Amino acid sequence: MLKTRIIPCLDVKDGRVVKGVNFVDLIDAGDPVESAKAYDAAGADELCFLDIAATVENRGTMFDVARRTAEQCFMPLTIGGGVRSPDDVRNLLLAGADKVSFNSAAVANPDVVAQSANRFGSQCIVVAIDAKTVSPGKWEIFTHGGRKGTGIDAVEFAKDMAAKGAGEILLTSMDRDGTRAGFNLPLTRAISDAVNIPVIASGGVGTLDHLVDGVTQGGASAVLAASIFHFGDFTIQEAKQHMQAAGIPVRL
Amino acid sequence: MITAIVDYNSGNLRSAEKSFQRMASEVGGGDIIVTDDPDQVRRADRVVLPGVGAFADCRSELGAINGLFGAIEDKVKAGNPFLGICVGMQMMATWGREHGNHTGFDWIKGEVVALTPNDPALKIPHMGWNSLNQTPDHPVFDGISAGDHMYFVHSYHLVPENPEDIVATVDYGGDIIAAVGRDNIIGTQFHPEKSQATGLRLIGNFLKWAP
Repeated sequence: MLKTRIIPCLDVKDGRVVKGVNFVDLIDAGDPVESAKAYDAAGADELCFLDIAATVENRGTMFDVARRTAEQCFMPLTIGGGVRSPDDVRNLLLAGADKVSFNSAAVANPDVVAQSANRFGSQCIVVAIDAKTVSPGKWEIFTHGGRKGTGIDAVEFAKDMAAKGAGEILLTSMDRDGTRAGFNLPLTRAISDAVNIPVIASGGVGTLDHLVDGVTQGGASAVLAASIFHFGDFTIQEAKQHMQAAGIPVRL
Repeated sequence: MITAIVDYNSGNLRSAEKSFQRMASEVGGGDIIVTDDPDQVRRADRVVLPGVGAFADCRSELGAINGLFGAIEDKVKAGNPFLGICVGMQMMATWGREHGNHTGFDWIKGEVVALTPNDPALKIPHMGWNSLNQTPDHPVFDGISAGDHMYFVHSYHLVPENPEDIVATVDYGGDIIAAVGRDNIIGTQFHPEKSQATGLRLIGNFLKWAP
């Protein structure tokens, strides 16, 4: 039976983890590779690195992070942030990423998703959607780290991305991100029902019940969280045990 | 002892290379090389065909590198151990039906077709950790038990004609082939290089396998 995935996400800037990670026994809490190793050992199902200040000059540092992670972690790794072209995808895959996530570039040029999926397969193309509630039951896509509205309907965009060959959607609620108030469940459910590809719920996790809700009420195939794991509120195992107790199949 | 990981411009080569290097040093599995040179493949003792991507693209890349397809065929005919991973496993079939019809190595009679789970709520790709249904009696699966998890990510799957070629299955809206093999060849739909300790164990087993 396929298990629901728990995915810790690390924001990376200039090759260092921002916000910090409070693990016991971590040699360097700012080094993404050390964090990746700790999550690998903790039984995380996948890992996600988001390059939050991706610039052309800084691309090299992310490739280096991918390379060093691939040497030590034998688990699926998604890298996003500043990905613009099929060549960016190829370079990240060659460096050690298993999946590559498009965000702003997919909105500006949806065909880049189709081109990349045709060349590398849908299974490694993730589209990250940042959505904000504009009215009840209506969500709009925001780009550039949530600063720029687009007028594009999130549900329609998700359908379009799936049709273009995206293999997975990483759905972040801008309303909830960082609030610890729980996922935006109506948004998660609307997108999850609209597409036949897996949806990762993201944004707002504060308790382990929130993870459960994302799956049972939101219909997500995987749940992504940052702070609750980084700051040691809960371990990956605690999260999995809690989900299993709620009847969700997990890999323990 | 040399294991050649075939580079045909497809996939997460670095992940594969690092996992094989790690296990080669643990089990005394010799040297790991990544190569697109048919001569190097011919000189290798073991061949690994990794793969991420679409059947059609991967097949045309394999054919585009002069002599590579034939070098792999010859190694398998000569009895050297072969491991195909994901699309590399699918390439062992007679036919690939992704983006048109394409011929594979034809070592495992059958075809690679789109996944059609019997539960319409199941998403495609089949992505994530799935547990093996049975424990195959195969040296490459030594120490790996029914219920152990492997990491899958695919939208197409190999449907073999001969049930005896099936080594392992998982459930995803019906049985899906997780591994095929016979004689000196083995292929896994899952990614051992991404399956943490269980996957590394399989890689170590392959590096020691003497079919």
